Amino acid sequence: MTHAIEIKDLHKHFGDNEVLKGIDVTVEPGQVVCVIGPSGSGKSTLLRCVNLLEQPTRGQVRVQGVDVTDPDVDIDAVRRHIGMVFQQFNLFPHMTALQNVMIAQQRVLRRGKRAAEVVARENLDKVGVIDKCDAFPAQLSGGQQQRVAIARALAMNPDLMLFDEPTSALDPELVGDVLAVMRKLAEEGMTMLVVTHEMGFAREVADRVVFMDGGVIVEDGPPAQVIGDPRHERTRSFLSRVLHPED
Amino acid sequence: MTAEPGKARLSPRKKQRISRGVQYALLVAIVVGVVLYADWPSLAQNFTKLDVAEKALPELFTIALRNTMIYAVGGFVLSFVFGLLLALMRLSTVGPYRWISTIYIEIFRGLPALLIFLMITFLPLALPGFEVPGGTFGQGILGLGLIGSAYQAEVFRAGLQAVPKGQTEAARSLGMSAFRAQLTVVIPQAIRIVIPPTTNQFVSLLKDSSLVFFLGVSGQYVELAKFGNDLASQYANATPILVAGVTYLIVTIPLGYLASRLEHRKGTRR
Ligand SMILES: Nc1ncnc2c1ncn2[C@@H]1O[C@H](COP(=O)(O)OP(=O)(O)OP(=O)(O)O)[C@@H](O)[C@H]1O
Ligand SMILES: [Mg+2]
Repeated sequence: MTHAIEIKDLHKHFGDNEVLKGIDVTVEPGQVVCVIGPSGSGKSTLLRCVNLLEQPTRGQVRVQGVDVTDPDVDIDAVRRHIGMVFQQFNLFPHMTALQNVMIAQQRVLRRGKRAAEVVARENLDKVGVIDKCDAFPAQLSGGQQQRVAIARALAMNPDLMLFDEPTSALDPELVGDVLAVMRKLAEEGMTMLVVTHEMGFAREVADRVVFMDGGVIVEDGPPAQVIGDPRHERTRSFLSRVLHPED
Repeated sequence: MTAEPGKARLSPRKKQRISRGVQYALLVAIVVGVVLYADWPSLAQNFTKLDVAEKALPELFTIALRNTMIYAVGGFVLSFVFGLLLALMRLSTVGPYRWISTIYIEIFRGLPALLIFLMITFLPLALPGFEVPGGTFGQGILGLGLIGSAYQAEVFRAGLQAVPKGQTEAARSLGMSAFRAQLTVVIPQAIRIVIPPTTNQFVSLLKDSSLVFFLGVSGQYVELAKFGNDLASQYANATPILVAGVTYLIVTIPLGYLASRLEHRKGTRR
């Protein structure tokens, strides 16, 4: 069986700044892997290397067996199979929620307008914002925008989903709605690589938790181990900061 | 100014009052001076002679304003299309495209518009057998388009760069090609951003269309400035120039307001 994502010895430099210093991660189909770690540790960069929003400096990134760093690979075709959800939502502000979910279906998958609309409505319904079809992003709350963004990604029938701190820009009372949608996706068997600070979500939903610090993976294992019983001091001190910020 | 006895300094409020008083006094002095020294009868005779103004009608609108609009709109369309192309070239990852576009923009923004129109009149000499399509209209529109596209390119570049990078990233993540992402996601947003400065750009072109004067146009091709000037020479009276000026203002002032309204609306939305 091919791995959903297989990252080997991944390095990424920004000029002299070595942000990723040899990362190895594997995600199996249907798995949910959460990446945690302090700010600046390279979590976003790792995620962005998977769909080549960043070009890796060295190493291998395979998505469903396809080496995305191979210059001959059709990256647009690879990206079609990878849904991505951003911290800042990045909805298209000049389109309604419905159009946001339809546009790539029409322009990339070449679905007809009718078919695209059916799929869009299905997915907006699934994430609980079907009543906001005709609203523009500026008229939606952060939580609603993020759910539209998830619907937009899902409408492409991706084989796996990348989430980069999907709830970090949300007011606390809106976080739950988005996490509930992600939970549902996980239960349906979606392959997910999730950067998050939501330890509760990681503990309950993730098959594995990866702790990153300073561009390397410090710890990688089931949540009960990495969050519940961390082996490394760095993991412990990070977790105590995240779980008990008032101390 | 001397401080009141017993008080070390003037209060800020008092200072402000005195400064205002001085400004008003100065204004009154200037107005009185102008009123006393200006030769009102002669001014009225030369600039606001109604019977001369009447001679401008109806050609003022049916020919002069119409032609001004033809030059301005034509030049605007050309600069819109060509400006967008230049802006995309300027933001291209291909070096030579960037260089060509940068050089063009620098040259045509750096030269006086008049010089470019003078050059256009010499085109047939420089390129024997070459003729700008569309005759005089073509020449005028070409001149305005050449100049306008350099400015419009910078307007578009600013607009394209104002669209957040996350928009392109979201589009590319959905599998859109770089071209497709520009076309469906970035450009429509950039166009919204550039509507107010583009309106101002059109006003500029409308005013610059007066430079068609130097193409040596006549008859059916005259625009407002030339039209006013010709009538003024004919009657040895400046009134037609004032009339032409008012006609420009009738178009440019509302457009200026429209631009600032649009700018304002952009600020309140999203
Ligand atoms: N495009 C870029 N150019 C230069 N440096 C960058 C770029 N993107 C990220 N970096 C640097 O890489 C390092 C890691 O950034 P990254 O965004 O991956 O961290 P992160 O773990 O996601 O942090 P956060 O939790 O704050 O999102 C930072 O030092 C950042 O300044
Ligand atoms: Mg990040």
